[in-house]
Amino acid sequence: MAIFVDKNTKVLVQGITGSAGTFHAGQCQDYGTQIVGGVVPGKGGQTWDNPSGKGGCPVFDTVREAREKTGANASVIFVPPPFAGDAILEAIDAELELVVVITEGIPVMDMLKVRRVLDSQTATRVIGPNCPGIITPDECKIGIMPGHIHRRGNVGIVSKSGTLTYEAVGQVTALGMGQSTAVGIGGDPIRGTGFIEILEQFVEDDETHGIILIGEIGGSAEERAAAWIKENCKKPVAGFIAGVTAPPGKRMGHAGAIISGGKGTAAAKIEALEAAGVKVAPTPSDMGTTMQSLLG
Amino acid sequence: MNIHEYQAKEIFRRYGIPTPKGIPAFSVDEAEAAAKKLIEETGNQVVVVKAQIHAGGRGKAGGVKVVKGVDAAKAAATELLGKTLVTHQTGPEGKKVQRLYVEQGLAIKTELYTALVIDREKHRVCIMASSEGGVDIEEVAESHPEKIHKVWIDPAVGIMPYQLRQLAFGLGLNKAQQKGFGKLVGALSELFVKEDCSIAEVNPLIITEDDDVVALDAKINFDGNAQFRHKAWEELHDLSEEAPTETEAKAAGLSYIQLDGNIGCLVNGAGLAMSTMDTIQHFGGDPANFLDVGGGASQEAVTKAFKIILESKDVKGIFVNIFGGIMKCDIIANGVVAATKELGLEVPLVVRLAGTNVEQGREILANSGLNITPAATMAEGAQKIVELAKGQ
Repeated sequence: MAIFVDKNTKVLVQGITGSAGTFHAGQCQDYGTQIVGGVVPGKGGQTWDNPSGKGGCPVFDTVREAREKTGANASVIFVPPPFAGDAILEAIDAELELVVVITEGIPVMDMLKVRRVLDSQTATRVIGPNCPGIITPDECKIGIMPGHIHRRGNVGIVSKSGTLTYEAVGQVTALGMGQSTAVGIGGDPIRGTGFIEILEQFVEDDETHGIILIGEIGGSAEERAAAWIKENCKKPVAGFIAGVTAPPGKRMGHAGAIISGGKGTAAAKIEALEAAGVKVAPTPSDMGTTMQSLLG
Repeated sequence: MNIHEYQAKEIFRRYGIPTPKGIPAFSVDEAEAAAKKLIEETGNQVVVVKAQIHAGGRGKAGGVKVVKGVDAAKAAATELLGKTLVTHQTGPEGKKVQRLYVEQGLAIKTELYTALVIDREKHRVCIMASSEGGVDIEEVAESHPEKIHKVWIDPAVGIMPYQLRQLAFGLGLNKAQQKGFGKLVGALSELFVKEDCSIAEVNPLIITEDDDVVALDAKINFDGNAQFRHKAWEELHDLSEEAPTETEAKAAGLSYIQLDGNIGCLVNGAGLAMSTMDTIQHFGGDPANFLDVGGGASQEAVTKAFKIILESKDVKGIFVNIFGGIMKCDIIANGVVAATKELGLEVPLVVRLAGTNVEQGREILANSGLNITPAATMAEGAQKIVELAKGQ
């Protein structure tokens, strides 16, 4: 089953001719993802060649045209920050089902507008921005995660942090388990999909037997996720929160990762998760074993 | 990105927000001249000499002096310039005062509070206002949340008059005050959005004896992601308020924060960088920095990052922890080798590489001739570097 993406997902790449876009579109296509088209305004009619030498896809000027001609139902965005908000809105306007935004550094004001449009419609789900993307192993990889560390299995992973998602995936695979789907939701203050929407899907998904939830300091998304888990989730959940030792008032890389006014501390998040029955790993190297111990 | 009060007030004036008359001063002489000019212009002997540092709580720390006459202003400036102020926001080391702002004194009837922030849960800009001005608003939020009134701006509609009325009635303002308050907060909302702020705070917002509503203080924090559309921010940036290495790192596109420990960390990804710090502490060590080289960093940026760590005197060991996704392991390896070629490597180095192009990365390091301790996992690497650093 898995969630959101599978072998039938047809993906457009917005910003496919940029250096990150072309490299990762190639990696996704090599993984087996159906990359059916690229969108770069002004480069419509050209062809994108996969840097691996095998494969490629046509390039279109607009998302609408690309969707109509290819039957795509998803897109991944590598467009630079000044133009990324616009690119997301174009994808929403074209009513793609899923839009994954990899771009890091989009202004908050742009994301507030995106979020406003997103909340006024139901056709499109946005994951990110500033996230690694989503992968259902052996079927569909939309994003920048290294494909080879994944293995299909029964653990659902959702995380604010890209590289910590890879940690969790790597550990789960090394322990002989695997992932149903792994999703990075990004660490920006304003984002498309949150923890709870992903958890809802994992709870419904028969293939997912256990869930790893990875959070970090800042905001209150982890606390709200904990409250939701307490009420709605019977599946075992392992957790981890990054930033136990982060000093208050310092922005730790992610625009959202800052402890301000005593709010958003790792301690408060860990406490909330544990109160909801989530088993929190003592170090990030223990995420896999913690999940394993819960699944028995 | 933070700016000073006097800079924030210049922006306030551009949006028609009433502020007291004031003049920035970088020396005692300039402060004296500023006081003289203000007293002549306003006919009021009272001026306020305010230390300009990037931290709140200046008043309590003695950084704001209300004085009468030019001589007293000069004395206050002499005392403040060069002084290190310790407030609840500066940390124990405090901040050295290098700029002053000399302002006209105003007769205050009431002190209010207003601030705009990004509400992450509602996905809106939130305007907060309280009748409890001039005090620590975090305390008010804790003890009397009902005294903080809030409205949220719909980005598709903008701030509406009814919302401003809601706030004004909530604060119990009279008709004349309501008008001034609505105008000020309306202008502040426009400023917040157009100037890409992440925080705009006026504490206190005052009502004068004449029922004028004036921003007595001004704090603005910009969303650094929007720098590309605000060329003017470069001039507002006071580099002396930041650690020089942090400025250097930022210029190279790195996210770097100096900490007190002795184990340098080079990591990709904010979450992994934070948890690398956490893991080092878990095994009894102390990280010297937070350093996220990000996803798209070039080899030059990685070289720069490693040089910043090598050049730090306190560093007794270095832990490179990379899980390549968008970042490729060979770029990291080449950067590390290039930096050590220039600066040498005097301290133990533990490297953990995983993910994209991991084989190429390991090969580059193996062929470099550097004395590198490899680690298979983050925990193993953290444990090893903590042990090795102890021996230094």
